Amino acid sequence: MGPLDFNVVLRNLPYLWSGLQLSLLLAALAITGGIFFGAIMGVLRMSSIRPVAWLALGYVNFFRSVPLILVIFWIYFLVPLLLGRATGPFLSAWIAFTLFETAYYCEIIRAGVQSIPKGQISAGVASGMTRLQAMRYIVMPQAFRNMMPILMTQSIILFQDTSLVYVVTLRDFMTSVATVANQDLRLVELYLFAAVVYFAICFAGSRFINRLGGGFRR
Amino acid sequence: MIKIHDVSKWYTDFQVLKSCSVSIARGEVIVVCGPSGSGKSTLIKCVNGLEPFDEGEIVVDGLKVADKADLRVLRTRIGMVFQNFELYPHLSALDNICLAPMVVLKRKRAEAETRARALLARVGLTDHASKFPLQLSGGQQQRVAIARALAMDPVVMLFDEPTSALDPEMIKEVLDVMSDLARDGMTMIVVTHEMGFARRVANRIIFMDAGEIVETRPPETFFTAPESERARVFLSKILGH
Repeated sequence: MGPLDFNVVLRNLPYLWSGLQLSLLLAALAITGGIFFGAIMGVLRMSSIRPVAWLALGYVNFFRSVPLILVIFWIYFLVPLLLGRATGPFLSAWIAFTLFETAYYCEIIRAGVQSIPKGQISAGVASGMTRLQAMRYIVMPQAFRNMMPILMTQSIILFQDTSLVYVVTLRDFMTSVATVANQDLRLVELYLFAAVVYFAICFAGSRFINRLGGGFRR
Repeated sequence: MIKIHDVSKWYTDFQVLKSCSVSIARGEVIVVCGPSGSGKSTLIKCVNGLEPFDEGEIVVDGLKVADKADLRVLRTRIGMVFQNFELYPHLSALDNICLAPMVVLKRKRAEAETRARALLARVGLTDHASKFPLQLSGGQQQRVAIARALAMDPVVMLFDEPTSALDPEMIKEVLDVMSDLARDGMTMIVVTHEMGFARRVANRIIFMDAGEIVETRPPETFFTAPESERARVFLSKILGH
């Protein structure tokens, strides 16, 4: 193996960039879907109607007990069967990530809401608010601040996990890197580059979290 | 003004309130005392429906507690002050006071803020409007909580052990604010162990034990000549030291 030649990265930059775009887009869509359905699932999980809470708990336990890569596979093969037509790997990956991450976001949101003392709702309700108003103006702003760091951490993990979509033939950033590396036989350069890119994105993300993590002025 | 009639409440098998009855006139200050676990807090939380009760009836200012539709209207007229203040930590003192008037009474922000500043002045905290609860001392927090309750222009104020969570040197500043309120003619029900306050400010003392209202009497006779053996034992315990 000769000296390192990073020109290979520059030469293939558009190709690598399109891979990274897919990773970022999938992560962004999955985070949005996961938090949206996670919030709904979190509400169901806290429901006072027992069977509803149990169903939500069952969902969470199920998806936390199976590997993500398996879920990606399942959805890729199952959704076309259910819909009767092919959905394409990207849509099926999005669905898989959303289903999977919903379970994790659900628990984060539930824990965040339950971290707020019950007396806070009582104070709101005692001043004539409905429970919904008390949730909206008193509980949610506090809960959201409490759970922000964990939400962001989970989202960074999600972004890293998008590299699993190679199993359904999607060309994400990691797959693009591997392709170039094997074609040009520049494995060291390419995998170093991949490490730097993942590190830069995730490190920027966690720095952002730390700045948010200050919480209330105390 | 407030009529509590034959109210009973159970936690599964355990009866926390046993046929409690008392009528309270406008402008009266009632202190509720008794050993811990005697149902004092539960009783005043029944008055604004924070605690549901199983039997009996409570009427406040002509509105029946328990009618779900009336309950929210009722709560806007009943201010409540909690043992642990329950200020909203994500809002400044001023915003703590403005929130319910804006959300529930649909007041404009400017109007709510003007009123809130006046109330902060009234509880002696003019300079602390923009501070957050955790930047304030316990006594200051409780005074903000009182201002917050007053912002709804209540006709009745409920105090659930308002000084129990305070350091001794801060108790007076809160009791002073409460005494001022009483002097201004507010109808108040106060659960407290502060017998000095009870003696000075209360019109009547309700003594509770094991879920029952044992005595309802003016402070002069309650402290000097309690009727029941249970009140005598209680008073000897808390006044003895």
